[in-house]
Amino acid sequence: MALPSYTETRYRIWHYIYIAICSFVFFFLIAPLFVIFPLSFNAEEFLVFSEGMKNLDPDAFSLRWYKDMIYGTKNPWGLAAKNSFIIAIFATIGSIILGTLAALGLSSRHMPYKGIIMATLISPMIVPLIISGVAIFFFMAKAGLAATHTGIVLAHIILGTPFVVITVTATLSGFDHSVTRAAASLGSNPVNTFMKITLPLILPGVISGGLFAFVTSFDEVVVVLFLAGLENTTIPVQMWTGLREQLSPTILAVATCLILLSTLILVSAELLRRRSERLRGINR
Amino acid sequence: MSSETKQILTTDGIPLEVSLKKAEKKNKIKAFLLVAPLLLFLVITYIFPIGDMFMRSVDDRMVTNMLPKTFKAMEKWENLDELPPEEVYRGFYEDYKLLAENQQHGKLGQRLNKEKNGFNTITKKLFRQIKRKKIDESASLKEQINKLHKRWRDVEYWQAIKRTAPPYTASKYLKGMDMYFAADGSIAQVDEDRRIHRILWLRTLEIAFFVTLFCFFMGYPIAHLLATLPMKYSNLLMICVLLPFWTSLLVRTASWMILLQQQGIVNDFFVMTGLVADDNRPEMMYNKVGTYVAMTQILLPFMVLPLYSVMKTISPSLMRAGKSLGGTPFVAFWKVYFPLTIPGIGAGCLLVFILAIGYYITPALVGGASGTLISNQIAFHMKTTLDWSFASAMGLMLLTGVLVIYWIYNKLVGVDNIKLG
Repeated sequence: MALPSYTETRYRIWHYIYIAICSFVFFFLIAPLFVIFPLSFNAEEFLVFSEGMKNLDPDAFSLRWYKDMIYGTKNPWGLAAKNSFIIAIFATIGSIILGTLAALGLSSRHMPYKGIIMATLISPMIVPLIISGVAIFFFMAKAGLAATHTGIVLAHIILGTPFVVITVTATLSGFDHSVTRAAASLGSNPVNTFMKITLPLILPGVISGGLFAFVTSFDEVVVVLFLAGLENTTIPVQMWTGLREQLSPTILAVATCLILLSTLILVSAELLRRRSERLRGINR
Repeated sequence: MSSETKQILTTDGIPLEVSLKKAEKKNKIKAFLLVAPLLLFLVITYIFPIGDMFMRSVDDRMVTNMLPKTFKAMEKWENLDELPPEEVYRGFYEDYKLLAENQQHGKLGQRLNKEKNGFNTITKKLFRQIKRKKIDESASLKEQINKLHKRWRDVEYWQAIKRTAPPYTASKYLKGMDMYFAADGSIAQVDEDRRIHRILWLRTLEIAFFVTLFCFFMGYPIAHLLATLPMKYSNLLMICVLLPFWTSLLVRTASWMILLQQQGIVNDFFVMTGLVADDNRPEMMYNKVGTYVAMTQILLPFMVLPLYSVMKTISPSLMRAGKSLGGTPFVAFWKVYFPLTIPGIGAGCLLVFILAIGYYITPALVGGASGTLISNQIAFHMKTTLDWSFASAMGLMLLTGVLVIYWIYNKLVGVDNIKLG
């Protein structure tokens, strides 16, 4: 952002202050994530940069915490990771199916009571997690699903569907309904029309909603803390326990892996968003 | 329309109007059937359980069911300032004997003890007498029970039993606001040194408010920068907003715990610049400072994204027009640009506020004792004291607050305008 040459001095100063503020905020947002990387390679047990690390001494760095994460004795991370992925995958599939169907219904102009139904469907996103946690716990306890994978998957479907509903309705708002009518007039049945015409067009929205649902489930700890038994522990629950008891560098190794995973998700979400905009003919 | 107007018929001979209505109805049902599975699922697993929370929070049927004869007899107890008549004593004795046979008397004692201190002792005394069969059921029970302990002769204890008669109570809600039902049924305040909940409510509001404020003052400039920079630069900077947004909450909290600890990098930096002495490093974690810093960073993307999506739609020529009409850049910004961003400000602020008011994990980890919020208290009662009805009551009080804010949000911005990423 170059300033025009005629800018007065005081605006010039103000402009540099503005740039400085912005740089500070960007730094504030992103820097904390980068503290974790080097410390997870620490050869020592403490969570501070040792003298060796400051001098870039190769001996001060090691993979011991990554080894501990994978091979450590009585180590919870393997089970937690397995559980997290299983729960998140099933919760995502459930959220996508229920959420996409609902979004299709909501986008129809014939839908009665649209406002109140929409509000109900996205309420799990608005209601504070602690309240959702208490309510879902009461239900699962009654249904005998507390401390089961099924219970946690159902809970995460509740929390994940609003994201799918929102992203898919947004995609459908730019959707040209005459293409489905064209398909119908050419003799296609509704299921066929959906699979061959609608779904490919709204797919970016569906997948990005699914990504949100996946991350929500994968990162969710409040509800799981209420529902999970020892067998259903997930990565966030283990991190929560670890952070409360003592910060060990193994947690930082896990955290580094999680940051890499979120980078991957960010990149795919961004690619999807661009594709979706291209498909909907939005050019910027 | 006159009756002579020829009705338009479809090829089947049905009037067009009827046929159209039929098709409309069919479409309505079709649309509804698509929504139905999710709606049904949510109503059963989510909306009803929230109703269940309400039932639990007001439910006080335990004593009502335990002492049916007592409460029946109490209907005849007219002068409440005097000890109840013999029938009430007899009813209570019979109810209590039955409870003792079923090993339920302990629960009653504990529950009544909550209503009035000292009940546990005197009910246990009665239990021992019943067990040793020392009570003569043919004689006056009033005299025998009154003899057991002087508290049985105190009318306040009988009034306390009477207060537990209604099957529903709002006492948990009052407790959440540090109030209680006094002996005469009026609402009284808890002693000043024991008002813990009000402090928590105020602290929750205070932290949510300031976190929103900080997010606004930090989010507005960068959203503006992102919206005005050319695409190739802004996409790069957008990563700084989106990467934290997609990163696990616990990872971000962990990194703040590392940064803010006493031997941590932030303190190292302060020592290096000479702001503080090395032997006098300030405590930045396990207090409000930690909560503010970590929550602001975690919630900032929720402020930036709605602001950005609104700012992106504002044409830069508007600012140029403002300036060319004689406004200084400040005036042009304040009179032209800022009003146009108000929808984004509303969305961002309310989103952050709603999220902050229900925060739980981060305050519990970096907040210490002075950083705990109302959510932590709810979790504490759910898991540690197991007072689920009180946890439900506080949860619903919080929910009411959030729904009011959400309603305002809906009026100002519209739910449909929530943008994600």
